[in-house]
Amino acid sequence: MAQASPSTVNPLLRLWRNEDSRGVIIQILTMVVLCALIAAIARNVVINLANVGKEFSFDFLTWPAAYDIGFSPFIEYTNKSTHLRAAVVGLLNTLLVAFWGCILATVLGFILGIMRLSSNWLVSKISYVFVEFVRNVPVLIHILAIYSLVVTLLPSAKKALDVGGGAFFLSNRGFYVPAPVFESGAGIVGIVILIAVIMAILFKRWAKRTQNETGQIYPVFWISIALIVGLAGIAFLIMGAPLSWDIPVLKGFNFKGGMAIKPEFLALWLALSYYTACFIAEIVRAGILAVSHGQTEAAYAVGLKSNRTLQLIIIPQALRIIVPPLCSQYLNLTKNSSLAIAIGYMDITATLGGISLMQTGKEMETMIIVMGVYLVISLTISSFMNWFNHRIKLTVR
Amino acid sequence: MKQKTTAILSAAALALGATGIAQAGTLEDVQSRGVLRCVVSTGIAGFAQPDASGVWGGFDVDFCRATAAAVLGDGGKIEAITSTGKTRFTKLNAGEGDVLWRNTTITFSRDVGVKLRFHGVNYYDGQGFMVKKSLGVSSAKDLDGASVCIQTGTTTELNLADYFSSNGMKYEPVTIETNDEARQNYESGRCDVYTTDASGLASTRSALPNPGDHMVLPEIISKEPLGPATRHGDDQWSDIVTWVLNATITAEELGVTSSNVDDMKGSNNPEVRRLLGVDGSQGSELGLSNDWAYQIIKQIGNYGEIFERNIGVNTPLGIARGLNALWTEGGLIYSPPFR
Repeated sequence: MAQASPSTVNPLLRLWRNEDSRGVIIQILTMVVLCALIAAIARNVVINLANVGKEFSFDFLTWPAAYDIGFSPFIEYTNKSTHLRAAVVGLLNTLLVAFWGCILATVLGFILGIMRLSSNWLVSKISYVFVEFVRNVPVLIHILAIYSLVVTLLPSAKKALDVGGGAFFLSNRGFYVPAPVFESGAGIVGIVILIAVIMAILFKRWAKRTQNETGQIYPVFWISIALIVGLAGIAFLIMGAPLSWDIPVLKGFNFKGGMAIKPEFLALWLALSYYTACFIAEIVRAGILAVSHGQTEAAYAVGLKSNRTLQLIIIPQALRIIVPPLCSQYLNLTKNSSLAIAIGYMDITATLGGISLMQTGKEMETMIIVMGVYLVISLTISSFMNWFNHRIKLTVR
Repeated sequence: MKQKTTAILSAAALALGATGIAQAGTLEDVQSRGVLRCVVSTGIAGFAQPDASGVWGGFDVDFCRATAAAVLGDGGKIEAITSTGKTRFTKLNAGEGDVLWRNTTITFSRDVGVKLRFHGVNYYDGQGFMVKKSLGVSSAKDLDGASVCIQTGTTTELNLADYFSSNGMKYEPVTIETNDEARQNYESGRCDVYTTDASGLASTRSALPNPGDHMVLPEIISKEPLGPATRHGDDQWSDIVTWVLNATITAEELGVTSSNVDDMKGSNNPEVRRLLGVDGSQGSELGLSNDWAYQIIKQIGNYGEIFERNIGVNTPLGIARGLNALWTEGGLIYSPPFR
């Protein structure tokens, strides 16, 4: 029987028979199929859009938006601005609610998680019932419920509750507070505060070095606070108190002046925060329970006090477990903020992905931008959390 | 949430080519399916609303039924595809619905930019303002600084912006997804003013606990000709929708009603005979059976009957014919001749 010598076998077949190269070939083929699929979808989109007579183009971003946005705290926006500017207003509103939502959710989540671990039966059960109730109801229901509570429970603007000396008003049009007005000289106070913060950071470094060398511990936190508050206070008085307040006053239909927290923002912020906090509470509980009790006993055995034990032994170890899942909760909160339009909070989904889409008929283009925006926000949060996770992870020496 | 899903689904549908963005053949599709799918609103009293047993009714739904009567011979064979102001065109353009009967204003950008085909006007409307009487406001010019509730995705928000800026007034827009939630906000006092088309205001006012406490301000700030829409690219289907609307109007003009339509078949008036399919072949030219208009009038009624039954003066909405009277009676409702 004629045995084919290796050199006469088709070289492609030889590659296929080699396990390593076969793996590479399969990967290449998969990539080709995947790319072909994406290309087919993209081609279909263009053809189908052309069939209904629509051109795929982002030109509409420069057209005037023609609609008004009720809540644009950061940049000037009128109905003569472009769709792009409307999108930016929406983006900033999304970031605003996501930022404050993550902070409040973290604080509430840690409180609920620690309450759940309390040895007090009532405290622990309150946390348990709250967490189980909240996280088993869809977040959209929470948002709508909180919003109707805010809007129906609070009085109208004309009967607003005066909750603080004729300067703080609570109504279903929003929570009105005095706005700070900086006068000349306020900039110098700001510079002094900055200097004080830098001094506090330098002091902290010095204190740590001293502790490493001599064992002497300084109350870094209190000294830093005293440094910042003290210096800022002295500068403020020397400059002749360069700050006044713009107090909200009821004029006509609504309050004029001051700053307002709108009920739409309030409802969305609260609902997203306590909903996400319930998931964070469980993560915190898991993290703390995962640190063996032996660690505490060992810390006590070497003479650490209980607050130092918590600060130096328990929390650093618990954080290693808490941070990765915490990151996904931040991502969830940010993405859930897209439900804002249900109650009329103008986030990016409501402006670009809602009204602009509607007025221009550019479904494909607006959806691509909105998806891109959420992707970028989410990836940014992820990379920040990855950096933080890397910083606190176990250092193997 | 829902509208987002729809937008994404439609985007996906566009991508995968799975939809009936058929260039022609909507008539064949509907006839082989046996059901006409109409894009309607999520619920506006008198115009499109399901009753207690879930059967859809109202002014717009009756026109949908008229279309089904013409195309399928049975006005009951409809499916209501509900849509918010934001999702309606996407649903139509992605092929989820065959025709849109949904309080939709005809505008240049929708006709040209959104690529819709409009087929005439079935309701002449205009945007107005509703306020609580206790507010003591008598004109829209007094509304400087007010909070205004609007439903998003409508021409309403653009008219509102134009009106306030051209009068040099400021306002706080509270933009809400659906009519119902906008109404709740108005009721609870989150807004001073609720604005939408005057027909919608009448509808909303009738649904409030004490309609007498609220008033519609005299200013009408826009032209809102409402009418049906279809997709670009199917001329036969466009013709059918156009002439369904015209048939109801012509029937009223000629005095043909659901109760006398059988007698009218024996009429000597040649236009009545053509309309009802006794003479001529207008039905088959449209691709329908020759009694298509007879079925519309018999099952649903003429324009006036549809109007009075759903939104007329004897209904809770109590809307007078006004601009929507026949041209012969001082209104704008006018149909080209059946000839």
